[in-house]
Amino acid sequence: MKKLLTMTMALALVVSLAACGGGNSGSTSSKGSAGPSSSQGSTSGSAGGSASSGQQGDSAFTTVEAGKLHMSTNAAFPPYEMTTASGSFEGIDVEVAAAIADKLGLVLVVDDMGFDAALTAAQTGKSDIAMAGITITDDRLEVMDFSDSYATGVQVVIVREDSPIQSIDDLDSAEMIGCQKATTGYIYASDTPENGGYGEDHVTAYDTGALAVMALVNGQIDAVIIDNEPAKSFVSLNEGLKILDGTWVEEDYAIGVAKGNTALLEAINSAMAELKAEGTFQQIVDKYITAD
Amino acid sequence: MVEWLAKFPLVEWFIKLGPRFHKAFLEGDRWRLYLKGLGVTLEMTALALCMGIVLGVLVAVIRTAHDQQRPGRRSALLGILNSLCQIYTTILRGTPMMVQLLIWAFVIFKTSRNMTLVGIIGLGINSGAYVAEIVRGGLMSVDTGQSEAGRSLGLNYFDTMRFIVIPQAFKNILPSLGNEFITLFKDTSLVQAIGGTELAYYAGTIGGNTFDYMPPYIGIAIMYLTIVIILTWLQGKLERRLRQSDRR
Repeated sequence: MKKLLTMTMALALVVSLAACGGGNSGSTSSKGSAGPSSSQGSTSGSAGGSASSGQQGDSAFTTVEAGKLHMSTNAAFPPYEMTTASGSFEGIDVEVAAAIADKLGLVLVVDDMGFDAALTAAQTGKSDIAMAGITITDDRLEVMDFSDSYATGVQVVIVREDSPIQSIDDLDSAEMIGCQKATTGYIYASDTPENGGYGEDHVTAYDTGALAVMALVNGQIDAVIIDNEPAKSFVSLNEGLKILDGTWVEEDYAIGVAKGNTALLEAINSAMAELKAEGTFQQIVDKYITAD
Repeated sequence: MVEWLAKFPLVEWFIKLGPRFHKAFLEGDRWRLYLKGLGVTLEMTALALCMGIVLGVLVAVIRTAHDQQRPGRRSALLGILNSLCQIYTTILRGTPMMVQLLIWAFVIFKTSRNMTLVGIIGLGINSGAYVAEIVRGGLMSVDTGQSEAGRSLGLNYFDTMRFIVIPQAFKNILPSLGNEFITLFKDTSLVQAIGGTELAYYAGTIGGNTFDYMPPYIGIAIMYLTIVIILTWLQGKLERRLRQSDRR
């Protein structure tokens, strides 16, 4: 009996180990974000960027996976990044990243994850770039580097049509304001009233903008502060909502890379400048944002 | 010496940890937010726990009473109650906690603004289903001879339960009950999905402000762990106390 038990346990161990191995190799080939290769990429990247800048070629940047540019994003931010009906990704950020990858002779791989995971992935070298309508702030500059800005984001306020809040100044009277977690909208709104915010107690951060808008439709919150372009999509999809006139705050979107990965950053910036000069960049933007 | 050591990437990484944690916890009095979140987490756990126990014991007593009826003398009322209870445990145990919370917040309590309360209700009702099964197991584990003896001594059903069956059952189920409470405590972190402002919510928002998610998450992991260790220690103490009468 004991022998049988030992044998079964040994067998179970072997099977589970084999399963682990299979899983690992599978993810390496499909996504290329498995442990060893990614950590290697990040260390060599930072070494080339900060410590020994003069020794290696200045245009030598390394990516997480050779020949590929991994972009981590949170594909719930239309029209910058969103999923298509078939489950692939589209949006301004996705196409711009693809064009940049093209310029650098790489193939773009989009890794969709939570917004927080997307940032951490770029910081820890699991992905090369994070692109998810990310705004630069001083706090964020301390932990990662950002490219030149490629788009201007405008934060606006959505309310119900019958809401007593009819201008941005009325927001002071809102009992609860919804935001998307980790957006600058949340950071500014949750600040103390002396700093121009509404206080932590009057602001709720939701995981996605869509959840915040659902709470607004339900009447659980009084207003939603969110980026202009997603706001338009949300208002057109939900009846009885409107965007207040005026902008709450304006800011710049940029591409995030791991701190010290200067080589990649410079390559991205020059590719972006080329795209803007060629007009490719504007074409992509026009495809998603129709002038109004 | 320190400078020479700092050349190694790993050592450098550790040296940089200090400012990162400083930023995540001390700068701008951020620790106040963690404390506030921890308060909400503990409040939710305590209230959901009470709700879970009340619901769980109720369901368990109904189900055991139904199952332990004498053949040929089945009560129709108990039958109905029993199937209601079965539906309750099946649905609540058969759907993910996260989905339940989203349904509570955005479908059932569509107009509620108090997400902490919605979280308590969601967690409590969910926990009740698990507690019910645990308590039921405990009640069933006490030999029927015990309650028969009680009844023949002239105690009525409730007194038999209260003085004879439940004390024995309680000792048996304590370990699994402790498990359930720990799970419940940690599940409060899911309430952030509906906008409940508990510990994990603030860790997420602070990480979102600084873009450095590691220190806040490591920090709250330590907080959760500390509290679970304290809970486990208390449970162990209670178990030892209850076992005193065993050694004769």
